[in-house]
Amino acid sequence: MADITISHLVKTYPGGTERATDDVSLDIKDGDFTVLLGPSGCGKTTLLRMLAGLELPDGGSVAVGGRDVTYLPPNKRNMSMVFQSYAVFPHRKVRYNIGFGLAMAKKPKEEIDRKVEWAADLLQLGPYLDRLPAQLSGGQRQRVAVARAIVMDADVLLMDEPLSNLDALLRLNFRSELKKIVKDLGTTTVYVTHDQSEALSLGDRVAVMRKGRIAQLGDPLDVYDAPADRFVGGFIGSPPMNFINAAVSGDGDVLLVGDQRLRAPSLLRSFSSADVVLGVRAENVAVDTQRSSGDVPGTVLVVEPMGSSILLTVEVEGQTIKVQAPPTFRTTPDSRIWLTFSPNSMRFYDSETAMALVAR
Amino acid sequence: MTVDLPPAPAQLDTPARPRRIPPAVLLIAPSIVFMALLLGWPVIQGVLQAFRSDDGFTLEFVTRMVQDPYFWPAVRNTLLLIAVMIPLQFAFAITMALLLRSNPRLDKVHFFVWAIPLALSDLAAGLVWLSIFNDRGYLNSVLASLGIDTIPWLAYDNPTTLFLCVLVAEVWRSTSLVLVIVVSGLQGIPKDYDEAAQVFGAGFWQRLRHVTLPLLKPSLQVALILRTILAFQTFAVAQALTGQNFPLVVGETYRWYTGLQNPNVAAALALVILVASMLISIFYLRALRDKGQEGTR
Ligand SMILES: Nc1ncnc2c1ncn2[C@@H]1O[C@H](COP(=O)(O)OP(=O)(O)OP(=O)(O)O)[C@@H](O)[C@H]1O
Ligand SMILES: [Mg+2]
Repeated sequence: MADITISHLVKTYPGGTERATDDVSLDIKDGDFTVLLGPSGCGKTTLLRMLAGLELPDGGSVAVGGRDVTYLPPNKRNMSMVFQSYAVFPHRKVRYNIGFGLAMAKKPKEEIDRKVEWAADLLQLGPYLDRLPAQLSGGQRQRVAVARAIVMDADVLLMDEPLSNLDALLRLNFRSELKKIVKDLGTTTVYVTHDQSEALSLGDRVAVMRKGRIAQLGDPLDVYDAPADRFVGGFIGSPPMNFINAAVSGDGDVLLVGDQRLRAPSLLRSFSSADVVLGVRAENVAVDTQRSSGDVPGTVLVVEPMGSSILLTVEVEGQTIKVQAPPTFRTTPDSRIWLTFSPNSMRFYDSETAMALVAR
Repeated sequence: MTVDLPPAPAQLDTPARPRRIPPAVLLIAPSIVFMALLLGWPVIQGVLQAFRSDDGFTLEFVTRMVQDPYFWPAVRNTLLLIAVMIPLQFAFAITMALLLRSNPRLDKVHFFVWAIPLALSDLAAGLVWLSIFNDRGYLNSVLASLGIDTIPWLAYDNPTTLFLCVLVAEVWRSTSLVLVIVVSGLQGIPKDYDEAAQVFGAGFWQRLRHVTLPLLKPSLQVALILRTILAFQTFAVAQALTGQNFPLVVGETYRWYTGLQNPNVAAALALVILVASMLISIFYLRALRDKGQEGTR
């Protein structure tokens, strides 16, 4: 059993003024694949390093499998890690690098050889086993770092952006490959990325981080569908969620977007006369060239064909939003189109705190 | 392929262009001249002095050097000193550098204190240690005040303590050079490697053996060559502490030149040191060559 319990972890780097992680609490079940997602500098690596024991927290604790490991040295934690900087030993061949952890644990040579071959095979490193890291490309070096981590029979697998240096196609392949490997290994995994599609596709659960805090923790679809605040909605999804300033009418039945009146979902009853922010994803806005009831008029600003769809930038009541239209939709800039917001996919945020509104 | 290329311009150009000295040669020319004047010339002079008498080539001086009763003890002492001192110094320097790397409080102060001997002239160091080791020196005073029998550390008939005194003084004086080189080498190794080794379960000794020392090899190589060559030249400390009682090769050179007024034998002795230094450098460079990179060259 290697469930992880992180409670109230606080870390400020010496000389730093802001907390790199600010009171982070997180429970990870045994065998779960958790993704830490967030913009650069939000404290993902710091959190991972505290899990590994490479950084000591100022406060809070980390427990693995019920055992408090907060101040345990890294080599006593039975974890393995893919470093953001790879940290592949430059003075030894790829083969030795991959087998390093096993050799340190004094595993028999046949077992090391077998596992190294297995990992090299999975990560397509076979031809490079007898090369030095300096003779590899960046992406190959990164794969060596991944191979070194997965051969270990560790309690916890920590990965810090392990696919960041691969080309788009390879990344897509390895993403699914990695998901399969980790599922087979059954190891509890914490995976850091700032690539939201990676996070959504890989994770059993996604923790979106911002400025050292966890902004939202949930399963990928929840995080995508119902962002807990404007930051999460804006960070996840491509294009990001649209945010439109709106107001609720006095009786709470009508949502006013500029001069347009939309039917307000029942959630908004308790927010009558409040200023709210309407959040809606580009693919949840239907477009039409004909007016029908409940539609909002908009003016097309930009048309971007994406292949599987067409991305439109539309001005609605003085606010700019992105809308995803089917590839068959024909329009030109400056033409007038009609938008329908489907009531179930509308999310509402407090205009001041930017937090999602919940029914009171 | 080559057919498509217009060969004409190149052929026309080449004969017309004046033969020029490659820029690389121009760039290293000043240092070559400098080396030739200040190092090459004295070396040639030294060799000539050792092998030439009034009537041409002679081995007379070499024979005299070898037959001198102090020669073989001097060679033996020098080698013994090197064999014991160098490993000790490296053990000390690496330990100290690793201690400094763990960022203790006041680490800069520690470093400067440990580097002080670097700034001290070797004769001064010898005199300092003389005041400690002589019969009425500090060490014996301490022993006496503790009620322990004093020891004539520097007595001529006590070769073991003589050797120990020279060893201690030399280790104290010259370890800082190794320390400075090792510290700078350690600073050049990114922390990630050590961290990765830790995460993958390597203990302190495993990390030292499999990660830190191999990555430190270039610095160690430089330090080894420098220290060994300098150790062959150990002189002033031993001279101050023991005079003639613990002869070393450079001490002998000095004695032949000033005491016995025979520059020819002195030159022969100096050549012994030169050859030994060259051999040892070649040995180190070969022995410590990066095995992992051999395949690529
Ligand atoms: N060794 C350090 N000393 C001081 N400050 C640091 C150190 N390492 C990180 N920080 C700071 O802590 C904050 C969090 O850094 P961290 O490396 O955890 O970010 P990250 O989320 O991993 O970012 P990225 O996606 O760019 O890797 C940043 O503001 C960074 O400047
Ligand atoms: Mg990072």
